[in-house]
Amino acid sequence: MQLEITVNGRRYHHDVEPRTLLIHHLRDQLGLTGANVGCDTSSCGACTVLLDGASVKSCTMLALQADGATITTVEGLADGEIPHPVQAAFRANHALQCGFCTPGMVMASVSLLAENPHPDADEVRTALEGNLCRCTGYHNIVRAVLDAAAQGGAE
Amino acid sequence: MIPVAFGYHRPETLDEALALLGELGDEAKVLAGGHSLIPMMKLRLAAPLAVVDVGRLHSLRYVRDGGDHLAIGALTRHHDLETDSLVAQRVPVLRSVAHLVGDPQVRHRGTLGGTLAHADPAGDLAAVAVALDATIVVAGTTGRREVPAGDLATGYFETTLAPEEMIVEIKVPYAEAGEYQKFTRRAQDWAVVGSLAVRSRGTLRVALVNMGATTIRATAVEAALAEGTSAAEAAVEATVGTSPVGDLAGSAEYRQHLARVLTERALLAVERSERR
Repeated sequence: MQLEITVNGRRYHHDVEPRTLLIHHLRDQLGLTGANVGCDTSSCGACTVLLDGASVKSCTMLALQADGATITTVEGLADGEIPHPVQAAFRANHALQCGFCTPGMVMASVSLLAENPHPDADEVRTALEGNLCRCTGYHNIVRAVLDAAAQGGAE
Repeated sequence: MIPVAFGYHRPETLDEALALLGELGDEAKVLAGGHSLIPMMKLRLAAPLAVVDVGRLHSLRYVRDGGDHLAIGALTRHHDLETDSLVAQRVPVLRSVAHLVGDPQVRHRGTLGGTLAHADPAGDLAAVAVALDATIVVAGTTGRREVPAGDLATGYFETTLAPEEMIVEIKVPYAEAGEYQKFTRRAQDWAVVGSLAVRSRGTLRVALVNMGATTIRATAVEAALAEGTSAAEAAVEATVGTSPVGDLAGSAEYRQHLARVLTERALLAVERSERR
């Protein structure tokens, strides 16, 4: 079935099998391997991308459900060589260890700051409840999101 | 994990969706937000031959004021319930319960109609519908009917919905103070047990999550409260008529203990907010 989606500003047209999940379409068909397949059961959030601006778990959506939508993956955040404020804050605050959860953490954080530009630490922790870090590096992740908010990361 | 192959249908209108459901019969499943159906299809616990994706029926996503109730479109997302000002004003407990479903990504996709039709007794939002005696508006090829929320689910993942029917609207009566106590082992988990207490039309209503095959109205607790019993004494009645299962998250006895404790906490929280 025909699928037309806009990903990171570029429009794509493909014929997809209905059972194709969005994460597999992004990774295997479009070559955007930033979003990861982690738990594959909508628990870990490593596959988080923005669908029309809101965070979603791309392992729990059919690619066809995104037909006509605008998707942003972690590859689409930076402005050329200039990292997005949330990416810059993750780097400055050492908010990653192995890095597997990072694309999902970053996208969930971008979605949070769009909805709540000035969260407190509790709100950040609650908003990231759908993203698991197996290195358990949560403290620095929360610091990074607060830092990004202080720097106006929502804009 | 990839689902078994299926036929995919994406109607543009409700009439088209109902016609498709009528045609496909019990071969088809309705796909709304997909946050229950898709995981089940990936795990191959569900393998429908056809999926009717109702995601394009944008006209079923709304919250309207009905004078003494809110009329909520079936495709209203949990995130909408968290952020809608009418919900916050008229049924504040619906907002706080919606905030406890899954995680933000799940709430961006999951829908009220979807969670009610899925009929998982561990689902949070059905507690609001059941406690408040909400009315479920169901559309089919031959017209519409209204089902009291307490009569929708008949067992684990089973409802009175016919294959050619779908939920289109939920009428939720206005409510005053309310509190939902959800006990989980990890942040984003389903409730091991949940207890909701809410005042509406003068009376305190209590519903229990994951204490049986469906969401259960704690009528013994409500009766005790109506006789003037204290919250602590009334909460002891929370296990009457329940049939919880034992699983990895807790034994049946543990769930009964939780039901009493969480009901007392929910009742006390409502009392506290009414004293303010």
